[in-house]
Amino acid sequence: MRLVADNLCVARSGQIFFSGISFSLGAGEALVVSGPNGVGKSTLLRVLAGLLPDAEGSVCLEGADYETVAEGAHYLGHRNGMKRELTVRENLEFWRDFMASGEDGHRKRRASVLEAIKAVGLDGIDYLPFGYLSAGQQRRIAMARLLVSHRPLWILDEPTSALDVRSQEMFAGLVADHLGKGGLAVVATHHALRLKNVRSLVLQPDAEASLDAGDPFAVEASV
Amino acid sequence: MWALFMRDLRLSVRAGGGALIGVLFFLAVVAVIPFGVGPDLNLLARIGPAILWIGALLAALLGLDRLFQLDREDGSLDIMLMQETPMFLTVLVKCLAHWTATGLPLIVASPVLGLFMNISGPAMLAVAATLLAGTPAITFIGAVGAGVSVALPRGGVLVSVLVLPLAIPVLIFGVSAVNGAIQDPAPFLPPFLILCAITLFFSVLGPVAAAAALRASSD
Repeated sequence: MRLVADNLCVARSGQIFFSGISFSLGAGEALVVSGPNGVGKSTLLRVLAGLLPDAEGSVCLEGADYETVAEGAHYLGHRNGMKRELTVRENLEFWRDFMASGEDGHRKRRASVLEAIKAVGLDGIDYLPFGYLSAGQQRRIAMARLLVSHRPLWILDEPTSALDVRSQEMFAGLVADHLGKGGLAVVATHHALRLKNVRSLVLQPDAEASLDAGDPFAVEASV
Repeated sequence: MWALFMRDLRLSVRAGGGALIGVLFFLAVVAVIPFGVGPDLNLLARIGPAILWIGALLAALLGLDRLFQLDREDGSLDIMLMQETPMFLTVLVKCLAHWTATGLPLIVASPVLGLFMNISGPAMLAVAATLLAGTPAITFIGAVGAGVSVALPRGGVLVSVLVLPLAIPVLIFGVSAVNGAIQDPAPFLPPFLILCAITLFFSVLGPVAAAAALRASSD
């Protein structure tokens, strides 16, 4: 399975965020997107997730039976996608059932909600309303959503914001697990995740300049 | 899809969901009419069905702006847009859940409120039946307005203004069907069937249009 992005370009209200981004990511590999604030990291991730309809260029998931990249991807954005009024368990059960509809083949690989809560280290609080949790705990429950249904590609936008050091390590472990099973991940982050098999994409503020020079953002292997 | 229906239903009955706000508003509108019009029982009985319908229409419009806005604010809408499940189906289920939480209580309350208006038994039945056939159309029409205004922070009034012209036919045929049931020369069935047709028409058009609006507004 490969994620191939070709010549991505996003211009919003006349301002070009970035252009000419091409990369290809194989199974078990992660792409870490970094760069200063406001350079378009989140925008790039939303383009990958198919949430910006007017983006140019193409993204596709080769070798998988998903029609679009979005269908084969988990997207963890700045917002957690959980309801404050529902309990942790109700939230996760909803996403498990909702995201599982129409993908019978992957049903076996679905972890149970309680296992997912345990995997993020919060077992025993599944009966609490989501709104009662602290910001870091809410973030971890949002991560548990990635575990309750299977998607080969994880698109993670600042996943470790609001997390303490131990939880960051826990999360790096989850991503490493996912990659180990042949999954892919695209992560925008400022924190080092200490993953193996990582490639990095550094976005620079002067996007037009690098396009003029005919030099698209280089994708280079990093340590 | 059942999971989505149950989730939305749960959310609307939990604290802050506002499922009963519509019924309270309905009660407030209908209860003040007799005080304003005066104790003329014949007059009340004559305008009663129309007042019930207007009250139900406004009450049904009340919570519509929140149909997608809350899901957008907490990021759920992004995830829903990414699924294999077609978006219009998701919207349809959300509309049905919204109608069950806000429209159905209005229908249950309408016979009770009919007592305020001195409405006869058959007329009460007719009002409840026409509301049952007509209020889903209001929800489906409102979903389009809610989808268009989802990105606006104060879209509530805008939704009502956008939706009201399209909801007028529902009101016209709803009230004329009730009048047909209680006054002899006027027929009941033709306006009632047109009302059903309007609901069926918008149950297709509404979700498709709202899904397109939601997709276009994601950024």
